[in-house]
Amino acid sequence: MDESEPQLLKQGAEARVYICKYLGKQTIIKERFQKKYRHPDLDIEIVKERIRNEARSILRCKYANIRTPALYLVDFERRKIYMEYLATNITVKDFVIKHGSANEHFDTIAKMIGQTLRKLHDYNIVHGDLTSSNMLIIPKVQNDGDWFDPAWLAKGQVELVMIDFGLSYIDASVEDKGVDLYVLERALLSTHSNYENLFETILEAYKTANPKGGVEETISKFEEVRARGRKRTMIG
Amino acid sequence: MVIAIGFEGSANKLGVGIVRDGQIVANCRRTYITPPGQGFLPRETAEHHQQNIHAVLREALDQSGITPDMIDVVCYTKGPGMGAPLMVCAIVARTCAKLWKKPILGVNHCIGHIEMGRLITNAYNPTVLYVSGGNTQIIAYDRNKYRIFGETIDIAVGNCLDRFARVLKMSNEPSPGYNIEQAAKRGTKYFPLPYCVKGMDVSFSGILSFMEDRIDDLLQKFTPDDLCYSLQETVFAMLVEITERAMAHCGSDEVLIVGGVGCNVRLQEMMGVMCKERDARVFATDERFCIDNGVMIAWAGALAHSSGTKMDFSESTITQRYRTDDVVITWRD
Repeated sequence: MDESEPQLLKQGAEARVYICKYLGKQTIIKERFQKKYRHPDLDIEIVKERIRNEARSILRCKYANIRTPALYLVDFERRKIYMEYLATNITVKDFVIKHGSANEHFDTIAKMIGQTLRKLHDYNIVHGDLTSSNMLIIPKVQNDGDWFDPAWLAKGQVELVMIDFGLSYIDASVEDKGVDLYVLERALLSTHSNYENLFETILEAYKTANPKGGVEETISKFEEVRARGRKRTMIG
Repeated sequence: MVIAIGFEGSANKLGVGIVRDGQIVANCRRTYITPPGQGFLPRETAEHHQQNIHAVLREALDQSGITPDMIDVVCYTKGPGMGAPLMVCAIVARTCAKLWKKPILGVNHCIGHIEMGRLITNAYNPTVLYVSGGNTQIIAYDRNKYRIFGETIDIAVGNCLDRFARVLKMSNEPSPGYNIEQAAKRGTKYFPLPYCVKGMDVSFSGILSFMEDRIDDLLQKFTPDDLCYSLQETVFAMLVEITERAMAHCGSDEVLIVGGVGCNVRLQEMMGVMCKERDARVFATDERFCIDNGVMIAWAGALAHSSGTKMDFSESTITQRYRTDDVVITWRD
């Protein structure tokens, strides 16, 4: 097997991400390592389920024409998943922090996000962990550099990539979709509290993305979930 | 030098506490305990508070040696909580403020827990896990607000534990959560339960109804101890997971656990394991401070008072719903 020595790229909360050469290609290996705080039976169950979810949703996204890293290999034994490496990328989180003050960028990104989420939900995929860190912006043509030029955005030279499908599931209910939107709203409010209309713009694009409609039920569920969260009595 | 007195009665605990310059000089409390299988209801809880508040106030004053004329500010829990019990403390606080001619200040209960935790543990800028019978939130400070990064989307973790204790008809003395914790120590067999994490949010109602629906079958194969053990392992793993997620998100290396469920040693232990793996530190307090008390209200009130926050007497109302992120934090940069 053509597999070079993996280099640790990032240590996350639940996974270590390595980069290596696999079958001649630059590859990301995501290893969901054991969490010692939880019961070993529970740990194995969670990890298996998340690897399965991630692989399933990536496949379904491919079908729905939503850009994700391509899936190369799933290794349950070693708790690993092999995926396409996207050298040039910026997370939406970093993008908003760095370039968010320019309004035209901001709107373009928000619309892309709204449309992509709508497509996800129309294909009954619920992401389960929508945050601005789990969305990448990449140039349509990958270059060798690891920098990102915001000017590409204006020229329509970028696409949105959804990542981290560990908490996702398919064949989701309307309620699940509503919760998905609520999770995103909460994440954006806490991470980008200085851009209050970010979520509103995303939601507007979400509503109008598919002219066939059929979104009213999801939106009303979303509003119901939101009301539950805000109005719930909070007894000390 | 600020001397503050705090009245707390948002749920079944009634507390009066006094702080002098960050020193706790009195921390008195009574708990309304219901029979096994029953939870506490607003009216009965309010009656309990009415019957006990004078004695607790007297005890706090005697214990501290503080006389009313020395007090700078009278603080009480404005919310969130149960209406009727909150009202009892608010009325007594207003009366004291008028009698003693002192300013009054309503305090957010959640902020009280956080500031008390920071005072006791000296945690500097922690990610806060606030877990109690009514609340489950992951909180971090950012630009003058305690912002909520994750929370339960249905019932609180403490509510889930308390209600499961009721299903098993366990005693509410000293508290249902404590009895579940003790039973869980004797449990050995792990039974897999639904695990429900959505981003940084969690859900507990599904787990509770899953257990409720199958309780008779489950008790054929598992002892109540095993079930308490399995429940704790599952819900605490969920809490530790979202806490770690929030820490990674904020780049934080401190965790502070507050609220009644926070004194559960198994939760603290699991949090400790997680923190050790990422070179972070965990801060927790024991039942004196974790469980609702008057000191936390006095201390949060003292901080607000020192930074110039004032409340008009006509605003000294209560509210059942009062979000942590509604409060502007004037005493932190």
